[in-house]
Amino acid sequence: MSENLIEVRGLIKKYGDFVAVNGIDFQVKKSESFGFLGPNGAGKSTVMRILAATSNRTAGEVSILGKDPEVQGPQIRAHLGVVPQQDNLDLQLTVTENLYIYGRYFGLSSKFIKSKIKELLEFAQLEEKRDSKAEALSGGMRRRLTIARSLVSEPDILILDEPTTGLDPQARHILWDRLFRLKEAGMTILITTHYMDEAEQLCDRLIVMDKGSIMAEGSPGALIKRYSTKEVLEVRFGSERNAGMAPTMEKFCDRIEVLPDRILLYTEDAEEVLESIVSAGHNPNTSLVRRSSLEDVFLRLTGRSLID
Amino acid sequence: MTLTEKDRQVPRFGARYILEARLRGMFKFFWVIAAIAVLNPLLYLISFGVGVGALISSHSGPHGIDGVPYLVFIAPALLATSAIQGSIDEVIFPTLDGFKWGKLFFAMNATPQTGNTIASGVFMAAMVRTTLSVLVYSTILYLFGAMDSPHSYLAIPIAILAGASFGAVMLAFASHTTNEDLFFTIVGRFLIGPMFLFSGTFYPLNSLPVALQFFGWISPLWHATELGRYAAYGHHISGTMILIHFLYLSVMLVAGLYFAFKQYSKRLTQ
Repeated sequence: MSENLIEVRGLIKKYGDFVAVNGIDFQVKKSESFGFLGPNGAGKSTVMRILAATSNRTAGEVSILGKDPEVQGPQIRAHLGVVPQQDNLDLQLTVTENLYIYGRYFGLSSKFIKSKIKELLEFAQLEEKRDSKAEALSGGMRRRLTIARSLVSEPDILILDEPTTGLDPQARHILWDRLFRLKEAGMTILITTHYMDEAEQLCDRLIVMDKGSIMAEGSPGALIKRYSTKEVLEVRFGSERNAGMAPTMEKFCDRIEVLPDRILLYTEDAEEVLESIVSAGHNPNTSLVRRSSLEDVFLRLTGRSLID
Repeated sequence: MTLTEKDRQVPRFGARYILEARLRGMFKFFWVIAAIAVLNPLLYLISFGVGVGALISSHSGPHGIDGVPYLVFIAPALLATSAIQGSIDEVIFPTLDGFKWGKLFFAMNATPQTGNTIASGVFMAAMVRTTLSVLVYSTILYLFGAMDSPHSYLAIPIAILAGASFGAVMLAFASHTTNEDLFFTIVGRFLIGPMFLFSGTFYPLNSLPVALQFFGWISPLWHATELGRYAAYGHHISGTMILIHFLYLSVMLVAGLYFAFKQYSKRLTQ
């Protein structure tokens, strides 16, 4: 087997006339944390289902752990841990029972699963909820249980589809902490997200997707360096004047993006640009100096925001 | 404890683990299922067997229908009815829940399990419930004196076959369902309701006009009832008809499972 656990070439997936994934290529190495960043409808989840060996492709080549998912789906799935976008726990069963039956689907022995449950409850910080019905858990706890469940079979690859969508900030941070530990332990992780901070924190390397195609590929730092400037100045002149001020703002920096509520100025030194704008007599209502993020990369590549 | 590569192979007979999970889920509703299993026959027997039975024997004597007491006449039909009802519940709800409501099948299918093993597991669990219901039912029938003839027990496997045949067909229908409201209307009002009324359950089918007998001929319940009566107390039917009844139920079973397996796999790989 080559060093790549996953190899994808020319992958296409159509639903009738709709092209969800339009010819993409990528490879994922062992112990790599690989991300798919893009807005809703970019085709990320479709790719994840194909990589999870639960959806047949229309064309292209896919190899997971050296096997073709359409030919050896069950053999591949025996080595995967999957966290779907929508929780699909058995709400009638308790936390422990959910972990137990899931382990049984892999054909694991009761003895092994029972010893594993102890470890997983600790990892997911759900020890006190072990006998609660899944129905009674909060959104964040259900998510942690779903992640714990995906680890019961000690997978080689962990597939996470939008792991923190719909969670409050605190629950997201707890989850990120858990995922970061897995990453540190050398787990190969695939993750889709439309949150740039999630991608920046968790991914060694990522692809930016839009409308079924790959727009860019690289580490978060490299992508920012390549497609954006070091800093960004955000200025707001109020919705009435915003568009009108754009030509003036363009003179102060390398590149601008005009959004409905604000103008983004891309520059190496945002403080300096702000000073020149103010001394030229243009007084924005508010201003913000920040570092470039993957959001700026996405804006540059597609002209749109990640979250509509 | 860690897993070896051998532990992480695709399990053999994966469906047994789906069966295990389904039985665990069913056990959460143990008292509901037990109450249905016991009350259902009691209510039927008291109203029809005892009430209607008294009326019939007062008009036509104690061996009024088919040469046997009314209770003995309806016992095989009631058994098959309960088998069918039990299997319907346990194939329809888990299937709709699995694909649509709780999406549990998608969780199962993220493991080495497949459409075929999941469908088999659900079906086997339905058969466990069906078999237990039929056993409870026949015990109660026995206590009411409705299983007195020497071969009455033969009605038990025949009832289970009826449950399996109809359950397999419903498994296929449920797996094709995306609009469950429409599905319940069609199945409940136009399929199951008429089937129980026109399958010769409470009176011989040939006492109906021929046009209405048609409902009985296509109904698995009628085929099972005829077989059950033949086996239990020697109801007169030809060898050809015995074969037809068996074939009809077997074809339903095989075709139902075939289409169910196909659709389960299709919906889980889209």
